[in-house]
Amino acid sequence: MECALKVQNLSMDFGGLRALDDLDLDVGRNEIVALIGPNGAGKTTFFNCITGIYPPTEGDVLISARGKDRLERINGIKPNKVTEKGLARTFQNIRLFPNMTVLENVMIGRHCRMHAGILGAVLRGPSTTREEKEAVKDSYAILEKIGLAQFVNEFAKNLSYGAQRRLEIARAMATEPFLLLLDEPAAGMNPNETRELDELIKQIRDKEGISILLIEHDMKLVMSMSDRIFVVDYGRKIAQGTPNEIRNNPVVIKAYLGEEADA
Amino acid sequence: MIKLNEIKRAFLVSAWFIFLTFPIMVIRINPVEHIVEWRWKNMALVGIGSFFLSFVWNYLMKQKEPGFKKTETAEKTDTIPPLPPARRIQREKRIYIPALVAIGTLTIVFPFIFSMYQTNIMVSALIYIMLGLGLNIVVGLAGLLDLGYVAFYAVGAYAYALLNYHFGISFWMALPIGGVLGAVFGILLGFPVLRLRGDYLAIVTLGFGEIIHIILQNWNEFSFGPSGIANIPRPSLFGIDLSVHSSTIYIYYIMIGLCIVTIFVVNRLQNSRIGRAWVALREDELACQAMGIDKAKTKLTAFALGATLASMAGVVFAAKTTFVNPASFTIWESIIILCIVVMGGMGSIIGVIAGALVLILTPEYLRAFSEYRMLAFGTMLVVMMIFRPGGFIPDVRRIYKFEGVKSMDKS
Repeated sequence: MECALKVQNLSMDFGGLRALDDLDLDVGRNEIVALIGPNGAGKTTFFNCITGIYPPTEGDVLISARGKDRLERINGIKPNKVTEKGLARTFQNIRLFPNMTVLENVMIGRHCRMHAGILGAVLRGPSTTREEKEAVKDSYAILEKIGLAQFVNEFAKNLSYGAQRRLEIARAMATEPFLLLLDEPAAGMNPNETRELDELIKQIRDKEGISILLIEHDMKLVMSMSDRIFVVDYGRKIAQGTPNEIRNNPVVIKAYLGEEADA
Repeated sequence: MIKLNEIKRAFLVSAWFIFLTFPIMVIRINPVEHIVEWRWKNMALVGIGSFFLSFVWNYLMKQKEPGFKKTETAEKTDTIPPLPPARRIQREKRIYIPALVAIGTLTIVFPFIFSMYQTNIMVSALIYIMLGLGLNIVVGLAGLLDLGYVAFYAVGAYAYALLNYHFGISFWMALPIGGVLGAVFGILLGFPVLRLRGDYLAIVTLGFGEIIHIILQNWNEFSFGPSGIANIPRPSLFGIDLSVHSSTIYIYYIMIGLCIVTIFVVNRLQNSRIGRAWVALREDELACQAMGIDKAKTKLTAFALGATLASMAGVVFAAKTTFVNPASFTIWESIIILCIVVMGGMGSIIGVIAGALVLILTPEYLRAFSEYRMLAFGTMLVVMMIFRPGGFIPDVRRIYKFEGVKSMDKS
């Protein structure tokens, strides 16, 4: 399968603590891959390493944007450059811009695809005006897709929890990614919202052709939508495979439930 | 309805105030005649005064609480919340256009109806409007708490003073040079503080402001120390030197022009790609970066632009007073400008203008009470922060209209 993201031998040390140990992972094009593991296993650290928030101690992060067959090394570059290259993410604890409107939040996502500088913004020439209009239009279109169009002018902080999570996805989509990293998108959602999210994520993959790597604790959601699952514990990969393989993997069961006393 | 426990509470408050003020308001020792005066009348006044103030305070606090509840329920039931009055005036064209015309006419004829003294005061208010709008970019929009903003003001003023002293450069040449120098200093300060936020940033910028102040104070060969630089020429009109009176009027119009340009620039930037990036940076730095915004570049543009405006205001200041010395650029100035931004309304242009006019003009017109100036200032700040934390005229985000979407914009 064609590769969108390939992570090789990734290790991350915080002082003497090895948070990630020799991790390998790959996401194919148009694939939904889940990363699961107990709390503190290093899943979010893994995301932070990929997106440039932490430079990894060892190992490589390689990406291949749509239409390119060569893999490109991206470790050590700044988070905003990573986003420019087509990797967008959401956060475990929602990090919207609370005092901006819903539309503006999405328009921030358009930022790296726009060009107007200070002079352009002040003079507001025809190209800036056009760009600005397009940004508004595109952002609105994304909100319609995500189902938040009725809240365009609402402050982000006034949205319900589930809507805020969706807005984070909308904002990430606005950066035109080829790979979307979702950090616990269903956390705190009720079963209804989770079902909607399940559909939404599948739609993003099918209609937009965006590959998805997600961290999630909701096993029902993970099992129903992922093509492959990676399991990490204590910063190491302990298993990988299809949902069915993972479900019956004794190592995974042990990591989640612990060992029997007399085993 | 006044309840018994409210009276009890007010009574306790007044008792507490009587106790607090007893040593200074009641007892007076007369060292000449060796007697102690007991001014019981003062005690009664303090008691009655604080009793009533406490009532008013409670009343206002109560007003505030249901107000909050009201807006919350409005959001829940999904009805359109009423717009704040300031906003409604901006929306309503019938009020808005005549008001703008009236203000415009007033600003144009101002120096001809009022005395030179009044015009002079107005010029300083306009300088502070410009400073406020500049700091508004840094603090209000980009959320970078800068306590050393006066340093850039000093850079502009000294740039004109020194360039004129050494090279005879005129005001109109100095204005752009001062602006560029300000931007350079803004970026110079910006680089070391790129990684800092909040309190740390405030401390470092405070230090930077003091460094500039101390350099100007002590480097005699460069800045002529505390004695300052005198005889800075006023701006000339096409090479003609003007009398003091007409040059004051001239500076007034220059300042009006600069303010209009500043308002125009800030207004355009606010709703642009750059302006949104600033606000996003203020709201959440990490998320901002994850959305593809270059943190360093965004911060530096905010610093540079704010510094440019301050520096240009500094050039006009030097030309207006014809004299600069380090005493005009103390930390106190930075704090006043910050107060203008915070009290006016962070991120809001009209708010900052209102803030500058109130904070600069009131002390001038209340010179008779100048002893109580600081007291009034402090009280105003505290009361404002409790009852209107968003400032006089809080910032509003732009509203976009779309087909078929119910928006708050219907007027």
